[in-house]
Amino acid sequence: MSLRAYLLRRAGGLLLVLLVTSFIVFGLLYLAPGSPLAFILGPRGGTPEQIAAVTAQYHLNDPFFVRYAAWLGDILRGDLGYSIVYRQDVSSLISGRIGTTLALVSMAAVIIAVVGVAAGTFAALRGGWSDQLTSTTAAIGLSTPSFVVGVALISIFAVGLGWFPTFGSGTGGLDTIVHLTLPALALSVASAAYLARITRASVLEESGREHVQTATVRGLAPGYIVRHHVLRNSLIPIVTVLGLTIATLIAGAVVVENVFALDGLGSLLVRAILQRDFAVVQAVILVLVVAFVVVNAIVDFLYTFIDPRIALGSRQ
Amino acid sequence: MTTPSTTSLAVARAARERRSAGFARTTADRLGVVGSIAAGILLVIVLAAVFAPIVAPYDPDYPDLLASLSGPSPAHLLGTDALGRDILSRLIWGARITLAGPGLVILIATVIGVLLALFAAWRRGRADTVITWLLDVLFAVPGIVFGLIAVAIWGPSLVTVVCGLAIAYIPYVARVVRGAALRERNMPYVSAAWLQGQSGTGITFTQILPNVQPIVIAQAVSSLGFAVIELAALSFLGLGVQPPTADLGLMVKSGFDSVLRGHPTEAIAAGALIVVIVWCVTVIGDRLTSNARSMR
Amino acid sequence: MTEPLLMLDDVRATLRLRGGHQTLLDGVSFEIHAGEALGLVGESGSGKSLTTRAITRMLDPAFRVSGEIAFDGTSVLAMNQAALRRYRSTDVGMIFQDPRAHVNPVHRVGDFLTEALVRERGVDRREAERRAVVLLDEVGVRNPEQRLRQYPHELSGGLLQRVMIASVLLAEPKLILADEPTTALDVTAQSDVMAILDEQRRARGLALLFITHDLELAAACCDRLAVMYAGEIVEQGAHVYHAPTHPYTVELLGARPSIDQRVDRLPVLRYDRETHELLKAEAS
Repeated sequence: MSLRAYLLRRAGGLLLVLLVTSFIVFGLLYLAPGSPLAFILGPRGGTPEQIAAVTAQYHLNDPFFVRYAAWLGDILRGDLGYSIVYRQDVSSLISGRIGTTLALVSMAAVIIAVVGVAAGTFAALRGGWSDQLTSTTAAIGLSTPSFVVGVALISIFAVGLGWFPTFGSGTGGLDTIVHLTLPALALSVASAAYLARITRASVLEESGREHVQTATVRGLAPGYIVRHHVLRNSLIPIVTVLGLTIATLIAGAVVVENVFALDGLGSLLVRAILQRDFAVVQAVILVLVVAFVVVNAIVDFLYTFIDPRIALGSRQ
Repeated sequence: MTTPSTTSLAVARAARERRSAGFARTTADRLGVVGSIAAGILLVIVLAAVFAPIVAPYDPDYPDLLASLSGPSPAHLLGTDALGRDILSRLIWGARITLAGPGLVILIATVIGVLLALFAAWRRGRADTVITWLLDVLFAVPGIVFGLIAVAIWGPSLVTVVCGLAIAYIPYVARVVRGAALRERNMPYVSAAWLQGQSGTGITFTQILPNVQPIVIAQAVSSLGFAVIELAALSFLGLGVQPPTADLGLMVKSGFDSVLRGHPTEAIAAGALIVVIVWCVTVIGDRLTSNARSMR
Repeated sequence: MTEPLLMLDDVRATLRLRGGHQTLLDGVSFEIHAGEALGLVGESGSGKSLTTRAITRMLDPAFRVSGEIAFDGTSVLAMNQAALRRYRSTDVGMIFQDPRAHVNPVHRVGDFLTEALVRERGVDRREAERRAVVLLDEVGVRNPEQRLRQYPHELSGGLLQRVMIASVLLAEPKLILADEPTTALDVTAQSDVMAILDEQRRARGLALLFITHDLELAAACCDRLAVMYAGEIVEQGAHVYHAPTHPYTVELLGARPSIDQRVDRLPVLRYDRETHELLKAEAS
């Protein structure tokens, strides 16, 4: 399949999933008890202006599918609605916070990739008690929820030792990195443990392959064989897991941001849910799902570069 | 010469014997050393949680405001929380919710998931396509988001998050079971039963379901660990179980405030208990999964 | 007589198992001189492949190896890691049975051919590729420049085996170990690949240890034959094919189906472990 045809087909599938999820997110309003208007305005009641604003925003006077189409049209034009609680456009609320979440997820992704691959490779190649120790640590890491890690990190490194700030996302640059170190660690522990497991299994399997024997019998340096033949071939499962992991980190950030009181999308979402700020809830969930789906699609695309045997589009 | 149907019957019997032979083995044999230890620890926790009214030394909700945030002592083995409630008693009661909630999530998800998967595997064709596509869409959304969506609509409560997460776990169960059921469907014992005039529903429940059962159980146990983590996280966020009910996620949350004031016992104890529970469940799940694979 | 290129003297390989140990190579001795071809024949499980692994020290660490393996007078078993790598990269070249499994699928054919030269000999990449093109042409691969840029899965088994042969020739070793190089290939590709290997070896005057279960093929392209059974060499020499003396070899030669005459049933080998032990006891 040509690259263009592949991208077209892939984009088509992506659009379909996004259309369905947007429909579900829109439909949520009608799953809620009571009329949409009463639900959105909630116990706050609402002034006539607010009622008019909500009616216009959700096109409540139109038939259902027209409403959905109009709502979707608004979103595509970048109009994500208006927050009743913040009295602000949702799009500006989100754009002010997306940077923090992005920084947090990126830092966590780097930590996961580096620690997971290094620990897994180390365990597989060294064997013996180093392997035992790594595997046990990974099993415990995998069983530890991010918020427990977060609380533990705060009590040790922020409250106890005072090395890091307890809360907040800093003022940018290096300060942000310092502020995000503990949150990123908390977010990455379980995923790093999982990646370490996958890497270990994959490296063990690849080291036993026949082509590695060929490389050995040709007298190539052991370090080169590990890098060029074992790790390079292990990349296929590693990238799969890493991609899936980064996608779930976007959701995991919701929890971690609340532990560290970071001003990101996750804390915005939880606050919006508790305050019944429905336009914000819809918009943030839509952003999370879009990010999740897009990251997964990118990973699928990357496959074709990692494994030349996989033709474009041959795996879904 | 044996007739085809007796041969097929023998195949069917062999398939079933293969299964019952697996169950005849002892628990220790199936779980290994580490798995048995995990099962033992989990059993103790479950028993303590079930018999919480008898086992717990105090009423979990009784506030001894004069003794708030006291350290471990003979009277309070793990000390008290900010409201002077006995931490050990709250752990025992909390384990109840922390185990029952995810248990319910997995039960609902497994029943629905298995039914969908068996239906898809038996009917194949269009029904299978539709169901598979539906599962793919569910897969496209991270699990915890379902919990958040449910809370956004129906408000924070344990029931809400359990329902939300149950939907999230359906595809995990259904995918694995569908694959296994499709494999079983091509086995000779299924055609044998078909030739004997058994109905599709009959074959699905009397022949295929028993043979995919080990995979169902393994998948359910493995998912349980994740459900414990996600449900505890939602409670921690204040979206699940509501105070003053004792729940491990909530205890980490309320203990967190005490941590900042230099009293980490509650958060550490509740966090550690969650880790232990998830570790036990995951170890057992891993073991059951590899057993189910090797039985094929 | 000059010193042999490769000399094996009473080589034993023992696998330690939980309930005792199992001897899989049981006193193997033979010599190969420079430019000479030795065919090592035997049924599967007789220890042929283990022998090549012992020669390159590729046996699993679970094996205990005793006896002496000398290459050009140097003990292979006593080599340190650096010497072992030099020996593997410059002195011996190994051709495996299944090129599909033995060539890394994620790198281009060109990388596979040149990596040893570039990494171990410090040859410039472009020069290494130039040499690779020349060699591919010599082993009968058409469009060699284009092949370098292809991935292994885009080549047929026969073509890939020629690439494997070229990769070995590129390293300019003194001895080639070929472990059933044609078994995994189509019948049509088998004779081509064998002819090329034989021709190139003779043209360069390289020694060859040729592992096969095909007696005729071995006889056709080797100076001498050695017949293996149960980890031992039961008979070896130039005479084996035409005038076998050991009962096992006699039976093996008798078991070949003939195209000249029709038989109702193919003969079954009656030589087994028991007969083998009995004969050994008698001889000692």
